[in-house]
Amino acid sequence: MTITAGAFTFVSDLLQQHAAIVLSPGKEYLVESRLMPLARQIGLDDVGALVARLQSRPDDALRRQIVEAMTTNETSFFRDRDPFNAFSQAILPDLCKERSATHRLNVWSAACSSGQEPYSIAMSIVDHPLMTPDWQVEVLATDLNEEMLERARQARYSQLEVNRGLPVAMLVRHFERAETDWRVVPAVRGIVRFKQLNLAEAFDIPQMDVIFLRNVLIYFRPSTKVEVLKRVRRILRPDGYLFLGGAETTLGLDDAFERVMVGSTTAYRHKGARPMQMPSRLSAAVAGAGLSALPRPGSTLGPTPGSAVRGVASASHPPPPVGWPFQASTNNSISSQGRR
Amino acid sequence: MVIDDSSAMRLILGRIMRSLGFDVVEAPNGAEAIARLQSGAMPEIALVDWNMPVMDGLAFVNAVRREEKWRQITLMMVTTESEQSQIVRALAAGAHEYVIKPFTPDAIADKLALLGVLAY
Repeated sequence: MTITAGAFTFVSDLLQQHAAIVLSPGKEYLVESRLMPLARQIGLDDVGALVARLQSRPDDALRRQIVEAMTTNETSFFRDRDPFNAFSQAILPDLCKERSATHRLNVWSAACSSGQEPYSIAMSIVDHPLMTPDWQVEVLATDLNEEMLERARQARYSQLEVNRGLPVAMLVRHFERAETDWRVVPAVRGIVRFKQLNLAEAFDIPQMDVIFLRNVLIYFRPSTKVEVLKRVRRILRPDGYLFLGGAETTLGLDDAFERVMVGSTTAYRHKGARPMQMPSRLSAAVAGAGLSALPRPGSTLGPTPGSAVRGVASASHPPPPVGWPFQASTNNSISSQGRR
Repeated sequence: MVIDDSSAMRLILGRIMRSLGFDVVEAPNGAEAIARLQSGAMPEIALVDWNMPVMDGLAFVNAVRREEKWRQITLMMVTTESEQSQIVRALAAGAHEYVIKPFTPDAIADKLALLGVLAY
């Protein structure tokens, strides 16, 4: 379903007037996806009805809500950051060791929306020094909404979207320009597989090492949450990891999970799972945010999976030395790569 | 420090930074920003436009990075320059982060958090 041209123009003008944001033609899906929850929340059937209501009478509160819904990005790259740090710095090293015989890794991004989460996971994997090219990795990205999946498959993001949560070093490493947008490079896209899936119904997917099921359970009734968690538990490998949203838990819903702290974030595991090998301290910065692997101007952009050891950057200062990051990459030492 | 030749952009960025708890000084180009630094200003972070008269943002970043005493200043480009090669140039010169206009206030806050100058 797509909103009418008139409704799109109305929202577009509203954004330009009140948030100085230009919404280019072709972004109807963005208006739909951002405004549908608001329409539902106030008891309207669709975005067209929401726009019609504002057009029919001045309503400052509603206008503000619409602008906020359009400018507040509910999903962004590396959203909440901590789960991704835990994934890169603790879970991937742990699983790389445990899966050294098979060199296979399966990660599931449930409710992947417009794709930022699975691509963030994929970027973390591609950047990880232990993930050499002989690993068979798949990030399964599912969503109920086929339109959202199609958008995610396109892997194309606006300037506003790549400004959110994505370290610029990762932007230049893992994206290429596509007119005024940015598109995820094939090396990252290639490990993500999209599939339509309704979490509230029985599903058949492979066993998973890590599951990102974040900010989904909050939309379900308690009885559905129990069912979803039971199904998720069945496909989570015995020593796998489950991430939920910050406001979600398995407590009181599924006692076969136990809560573990990974750095400053929480993950869930099967009760009695083998202990993980945890690094003594996790960096607060997004792993791979370090600029040491930046391409030189004029060089071919895009990563080679597992081809470069990338230091985990620290968010602390001081700023880089003159000539950095290329000076650091010449030295090729972890400590110099890690400076920022 | 907000460095931009557009007074409207300085106003917008200044407002965002104040709302995040920063004190803000402004400069309309790189040369004036350097003059402010030379007269003792020591900002935690500088938001730097690229295309400005007198001294552009890239020249400013290069000038700051040449001076040991200004090494602690975090530099973030905030610019309409969106070519990959330009971004790489700015980062190679010593900018830490890069925001491409247009942006939302959240984008600025996100990037400051990535840089560790703002708590998540």
